[in-house]
Amino acid sequence: MAEKLDQIFVQAKHELVRWLLCHVPGAWAEVLSALLSIATLLVAFAALFALTTLLERKGLGRIQNRYGPNRVGPFGLLQPVADGIKALTKEDVVPRAADQVVHFIAPLVLVVPVFLALAVLPVGRNMVVVDLDAGLLFFFAVGAATELSVFMAGWSSRNKYSLLGAMRAIAQMISYEVPLILSAVTVVMMAGSLSTVRIVEVQAGFSGWLPHWHVLTPWGLAGFLLFLIAAAAEANRCPFDLPEGESEIIAGYYIEYSGFKFALFFLGEYIGLFAVSGLAITLFLGGWTAPLPFVQWVPSYVWFFLKLLSLIAFFIWVRGTLPRLRMDQLMSFAWKFMLPLSLINLLAAGLWRFLPEGLTRWAFCSLLLAAAYIGLGRSLVQRRNLGRRTYRFAE
Amino acid sequence: MTADFLILSLLTLVGAVAAVSLRNLVHCALALAAALAGLAGLYLHLQAQFVGFAQLLVYVGAVAILIVFAILLTRGSDSEPDGPPATRGWVPGAGLAAAAAGLVVAAILSSRALAPSLQSSPEAPVRAIGEQLMTRYVLALELIGILLTAALIGAVIIAMTLPSRRSAEHKPQSRTSIPDL
Repeated sequence: MAEKLDQIFVQAKHELVRWLLCHVPGAWAEVLSALLSIATLLVAFAALFALTTLLERKGLGRIQNRYGPNRVGPFGLLQPVADGIKALTKEDVVPRAADQVVHFIAPLVLVVPVFLALAVLPVGRNMVVVDLDAGLLFFFAVGAATELSVFMAGWSSRNKYSLLGAMRAIAQMISYEVPLILSAVTVVMMAGSLSTVRIVEVQAGFSGWLPHWHVLTPWGLAGFLLFLIAAAAEANRCPFDLPEGESEIIAGYYIEYSGFKFALFFLGEYIGLFAVSGLAITLFLGGWTAPLPFVQWVPSYVWFFLKLLSLIAFFIWVRGTLPRLRMDQLMSFAWKFMLPLSLINLLAAGLWRFLPEGLTRWAFCSLLLAAAYIGLGRSLVQRRNLGRRTYRFAE
Repeated sequence: MTADFLILSLLTLVGAVAAVSLRNLVHCALALAAALAGLAGLYLHLQAQFVGFAQLLVYVGAVAILIVFAILLTRGSDSEPDGPPATRGWVPGAGLAAAAAGLVVAAILSSRALAPSLQSSPEAPVRAIGEQLMTRYVLALELIGILLTAALIGAVIIAMTLPSRRSAEHKPQSRTSIPDL
């Protein structure tokens, strides 16, 4: 029964393909199967996007001691529908000085790669659109196109705020991509594979009560935290939302976008957050595997989406709690703290791999990482220039 | 000559032509990024997953951004050149380019490595590439690593304002002088 429930979507797809093949030539089987997977993925994550916009506004409202949207439908549940209709019916204003073609293409260049990145995430047992040999590389490669889209949006608007926002965004994305990839590399070293499906398989199984998730090892915990911080920066989430800082540069690179193009940027940003959170789950939190041995009867996709929703809740909580960083703080944090720590984490992962199993490697790796954390933090605090800020060009 | 090959080569060629013929420098950079993405697609079409994704990651993700930054930081991206985009020396330039391309094509067509690979599609799995890099080509890999580290340190030193230089730079400045970027 549990087995059947787990594979219900896979079975349904096979049945549907078999039924469709009665009407179309057999050569189409692969195309049909791929199209069905892609359609399901698009619908599922777009629905999750709608749900998340509501959850975020509700959660932020609660944190800020107000109600949040509660007028449309029961508990405000139909708010995303109202937002969608509003975005579709709004006038699409394009500035006269804007570069029309680049201005039009920019949202598409953002949305298409982030949806492509979802293709390699295993959302359940046997539930992945493509199991690529170099799946992880694919994820980061398509993610690289989003930087170009941000630049296109910022530059083509011919607005100083959007250009400033785009420059900030690109600088931030490039800086945080380094620790993001380096902390993912530790998992590749352990699993010996770039395939996301294989990485999840490595983390299956239990020793006693504890699952074999990477997050439950010293290097895995450090890697997970580094990955999560870098992921927040990649997705332009608070406290790293300088590129769109409302109080200083209004909305950054998408200030000149309105109507459905703005909604596309919004969609792209959230899907990017889901994709990178999904990758964090795949790499460190065991993908679709169950957290405890006696709840393994719960279908695998339920676990994946539960973990995804908890990570989203975490990001909403962080957004409601932390203030925005300053640009120089952001950069020095990335290059002076995150980068050395992720390099040391790489070393710790290598040690973990070659030291004999047992308490010694636990103690050794934990000590190494703790010493690096404390040492780096201390040196950063001591060298922090707390006096009057000097500007090179602004004075 | 499948449909995907045609689309990808069209994207690459149109992007490459646009990169050298458009008037606006930023448009040229974006067209170049499109051409590089098309090239990555062609690599994928040839079953070279690793090379294709690495091309996308390095060229579209990093080099294109670098070019765009360089354009924005050096000269105004709004100023379009007055004259035609191609300079007067385009005839010898085209001749040289044709000669170089002909040489490369001739070398590829006459090479012995081409003959067997035409029949069987050569698949290079990521694992095999990694093993080769760590065994046979480990020296080259290390050398590239050293070179890149040296380049990185050099770039940091160029960009860094030393405390002594910074004070010398700032003190004589009056309020009206504009620091050159």
